[in-house]
Amino acid sequence: MTEHVDPSVPPAVSADVSEPPASRPPQGEGPSQETLAGFAQSWWQGVKAGELGSLPIIVGLVAIVIVFGILDDTFLTERNFTNLLLQMAAIATIAIGVVFVLLIGEIDLSVAFVSAVGGVVMTLLLRPDDPGWPWWLAILVALGITTAIGFVQALVITKAGVPSFVVTLAGLLIWSGVVLILTTQASSIGTIRIQDDTVVRIANDFLSETAGWILGAVAVLAYALAQLNTARQRRASGLYGKPLSLIVLQIAGLALVTFAAVWYCNQDRGVPYAIVILLVFLVFWSFIAARTRFGRHVYAVGGSAEASRRAGINVDRVRIAVFMISGFMAGVGGIMLASRLRSVATNTGGGQLLLLVIAAAVIGGTSLFGGVGRVVSALLGALVIGSITNGMDLLGLASGTKFVITGLVLLGAVLIDAFAKRRRTARGVV
Amino acid sequence: MTENSALLECRNVSKAFGAVQALYKVDFEVYRGEVMALVGDNGAGKSTLIKSIAGIYPFDEGEVYFEGAYVDIHGPRDAAKYGIEVVYQDLALADNLDVVANMFLGRERTRTGVVLDESSMESASRQTLNSLSVTTLQSVRQRVAGLSGGQRQAVAVAKSVMWDSKLVILDEPTAALGVAQTRQVLDLVRRLAEQDLGVVIVSHNLHDVFECADRITVLRLGQRVALLERAKTNQQEVVHAITAGTLDHVPGMETAGAGADG
Repeated sequence: MTEHVDPSVPPAVSADVSEPPASRPPQGEGPSQETLAGFAQSWWQGVKAGELGSLPIIVGLVAIVIVFGILDDTFLTERNFTNLLLQMAAIATIAIGVVFVLLIGEIDLSVAFVSAVGGVVMTLLLRPDDPGWPWWLAILVALGITTAIGFVQALVITKAGVPSFVVTLAGLLIWSGVVLILTTQASSIGTIRIQDDTVVRIANDFLSETAGWILGAVAVLAYALAQLNTARQRRASGLYGKPLSLIVLQIAGLALVTFAAVWYCNQDRGVPYAIVILLVFLVFWSFIAARTRFGRHVYAVGGSAEASRRAGINVDRVRIAVFMISGFMAGVGGIMLASRLRSVATNTGGGQLLLLVIAAAVIGGTSLFGGVGRVVSALLGALVIGSITNGMDLLGLASGTKFVITGLVLLGAVLIDAFAKRRRTARGVV
Repeated sequence: MTENSALLECRNVSKAFGAVQALYKVDFEVYRGEVMALVGDNGAGKSTLIKSIAGIYPFDEGEVYFEGAYVDIHGPRDAAKYGIEVVYQDLALADNLDVVANMFLGRERTRTGVVLDESSMESASRQTLNSLSVTTLQSVRQRVAGLSGGQRQAVAVAKSVMWDSKLVILDEPTAALGVAQTRQVLDLVRRLAEQDLGVVIVSHNLHDVFECADRITVLRLGQRVALLERAKTNQQEVVHAITAGTLDHVPGMETAGAGADG
């Protein structure tokens, strides 16, 4: 962990370090990135070479909104917008953990039932006098248990060398069984109501109008400061950075989206607490993934486990931590789901939850091949999944039709990923 | 540590995998500022020797001295601590990360212990690449997936010298490279030696070896059969050593060669 003062640079070279060469944009055919036009040009070159980023998903989202907006009058209403946010919050939350798992090139099929275990454990602990724990303790214990489940599954994956697909498939069965056992034992009808107001409010209450605006402003301000700080540091080190105009444009874009969303929510009941919780985790995990050593190692393990191992990264430890993140975020999502329904039941965590969560991560742009993707893709993907489901519900489509359409969207997303990967690989074999 | 003591010295090192004696009482040494080539046929023990020096798996017997002092290398971390870096044939780069991230992989610099210090890592990467006169890279923020074979090799080599490296071991650095790129890599190897590092280059290509090596160690069936100075030998002699060098010890008859000592 010691930080070396770069020893390989002989004095003769360091003498001219202060001169421009290090700071000049690289020579060659690539356009200069210091102007907005240059940046746009190099971004477009990246897109053509398969570095799609969030482009397909944003195009897709806009298309979905237009289509359902035309097909159904209620789709674009404030009420429905807020409902949509509430519906997708848990999916996005669980999908954050799945993004991490996909980033290291593994899969976690157990997340849906692990989330159910979290919801059920919390609900059981909240039963008055039996044991009647305070809400925060019940939540902490539930999250502790789901995190521990991730840890145990990761131990089997790393120490026994069993593929994560198989281990978490076994986990899927085991934890669905555990949910069934716990719920049927606790209640003859198999449904247990959440008897705590605070927990129910998580997914059923809203920020006041003012609080919503303040939160939006704080978020935009924090983003702006972080962006400007990065740019300042890069300039201070003599490195070229993003053009200022682009930074301003990005901040303005984020501010527009944020304030529009807050305004629209405020037309209805306000910004849902669940969304605030989701955004806090989204920012936190994005920071971990993009800005910390651990996050870098997650990407490295996904890109090449062998290279990571030789670089001295404890690959098993990264894998274990990632599955613990997955378990933890599943727990958070499970608590949101339970809170939203104000109860847990024998079928909690079942149905399409697992598929929707993994679909959200993949549709959001996280590669199934490992090493490529961003935490925010969990939110983007969940928005797509949530909008489609919501829109089709409004149109009153038959279940069968809904499954087929959701499946086709997932297939489309995976195909885009596969083609983008092919473009990237083709460029790699210059 | 005296001026003329070897940077790395392996004495009588042996390594067996089950019934296979991969190395038998091998002596091997490298001096500062020298390029030592390690040649031999397939299965001669080249890879085993460098992997053991790198700490991937320890020697069964024998001692290793680094800068004149006895060292016990038990893992890649230990090797890195002493300043031994290995550039493997498959380069061990993460394709999805950019050049800077790869050069600092596993040793990222942070600010306040948490946040990655991207600008400092980027500057240092540029400096190192410049000091090795690597000019073919368009941007250090390029993903490695988009680099050519020679560029990847250059990144891998630059990565190995970023640290307090004293000994750099290159495993087949020119395999799979075109003529021009081979030229660049061999120049790079010479520059490492000029920076007073010890360099070990494992190669099948005798032409490359004669281009850049100062001395040549020939392994055959797990034993050192020749130690030659490039200036005083020729390819014929090396080929002869590789294919028909005299063995002190006949494989499968451990006792027969037990008394032999290099």
